[in-house]
This record gives sequence, structure tokens and C-alpha cells, in this order.
Amino acid sequence: MFALLSDYLDLELPPEACQEIENHLAGCSPCVDFAESLRKTVELCRRYRPSELPSPLGTHAREELHAAYQKMLAARRA
Amino acid sequence: MCGHREDAEEVAQETLLKVFENFDQIREPERVRPWVFRIAKNACLMKRRKSVFAPAVELSLDQLMPVRTNADGRVAIEIADWSALPDDLLLKAELRDTLATAIGELPEIYRAVLLLRDLEELSTQETAHILELTEDVVKTRLHRARLAVRQKLDQQLRSPHGATAGKSKQGG
Repeated sequence: MFALLSDYLDLELPPEACQEIENHLAGCSPCVDFAESLRKTVELCRRYRPSELPSPLGTHAREELHAAYQKMLAARRA
Repeated sequence: MCGHREDAEEVAQETLLKVFENFDQIREPERVRPWVFRIAKNACLMKRRKSVFAPAVELSLDQLMPVRTNADGRVAIEIADWSALPDDLLLKAELRDTLATAIGELPEIYRAVLLLRDLEELSTQETAHILELTEDVVKTRLHRARLAVRQKLDQQLRSPHGATAGKSKQGG
């Protein structure tokens, strides 16, 4: 069951396996606590955003990207 | 995925250049996002110049289970009391730092899957395509990555200065 918990939380288990896990959780509070801690971990990861924003690209990088973008537009107009 | 900020900025630039050069090859607009991620993944690998034969660090389920063996040989589950935490755990700076560190310390093959599935919220199928893995391998690595991050957070919560210090739960 331990190996299948992520699939269970992601709703990617077939119904029978899902029911088996739920039957176990109904009678095992340590496993319920563990499943909840894993669920909160997943939620934290999904909400996590680095607090530090990436620095703007340097001048050379921006010029190179701009040139590539202009070249792409020109090719599409041709 | 790059592991270093400077490398990440260069990879971002290389990725955008390749996207502009090859954008006309895209036939299905809904495939753009995973296509861009795949380009970024390949650019990242090239940057790190990792040999395809370099051994990957593996995480085993045994090391990620929240159990300890007592002096009498009995195995007990040890877990912090997560229920006592506020809804927005990210308000706690220490937990946020621990999360960032835990993700950064993951072995590369697990970090890549976690970033794509849980942070970028791509599907298992999209992640498998980007990383050129089977869906089963994606699921296995994702689970172990999540367990490893959970373990680090749990340790923080059970530490003397953790959010739930003194409130750990133990069960047989």
C-alpha cells in the first residue's frame, strides 16, 4: 500500500485497488496520518513558487533572442 | 533541473532560441508546453554534460518509510502532527526554506519528475514524453521524490524549533 499512495492521491488507481487502500485506512490511523502528510506535501509543492524572481536577461541575450524572433516572423511572412 | 542559477539562465536562453527557430514545426498548439519543456530538458542535460552511463542515485522505499526500530526490536511509525499546521504552510518561512532545500537536494532523476508533475502540473503522460521515460517509471520516481520531500518536512516539523515541536505521533 505504501508504494501506491501517490497513485491513490492522484486518482490514478483502478477502483479495486483504491477500495483496498480505503478499507485499510478505515482501520489504521497511523496510515491515515501518513497519507495526509503526503497529501499536504504534494499540495505544498504545487503551491511553491521561488521567492526570488529570475534576473532579467543580459543585453547580449536579449539582442540574440530579439534577432531570432524577428527572423522567425520574417520566415512566416515569406 | 539545472541545479545552478547561472546554468539555468543559459539553458533558458538556449531553449527560447531553439523554440523560435523551430516554432513552425508545431502542428498541435496544445503540445507547445511539453515540447518546450523537452527542449529545455535536453539543453539542461547538454549543459551538465552528464554521461548517459553515469550511475543515477536511487532512493529506496525502505529509506523513505516513517518507521524506526525500538530497542526491543519492535517497529513503530513515527510522524509529526501535520494536522496542527495552518492551511497555508508556506506562510512559515522555515518550512518554505526546508521545502526549497528538500527539492534541491533530490537526486536529479527524481527532481526532474517532481518539478514537471507537481510544480509545473504536467500530466504523467506529458512528463514521460518530455523525459523520455515510461509512465510507470514517472509514477515510481514521483512517489519516491514526494516521500523524500515529505521526510525532510517531517523532520523539520519534529525538530525542537519545528512548527509542531513536541507534538509527534507514534503508532505501532
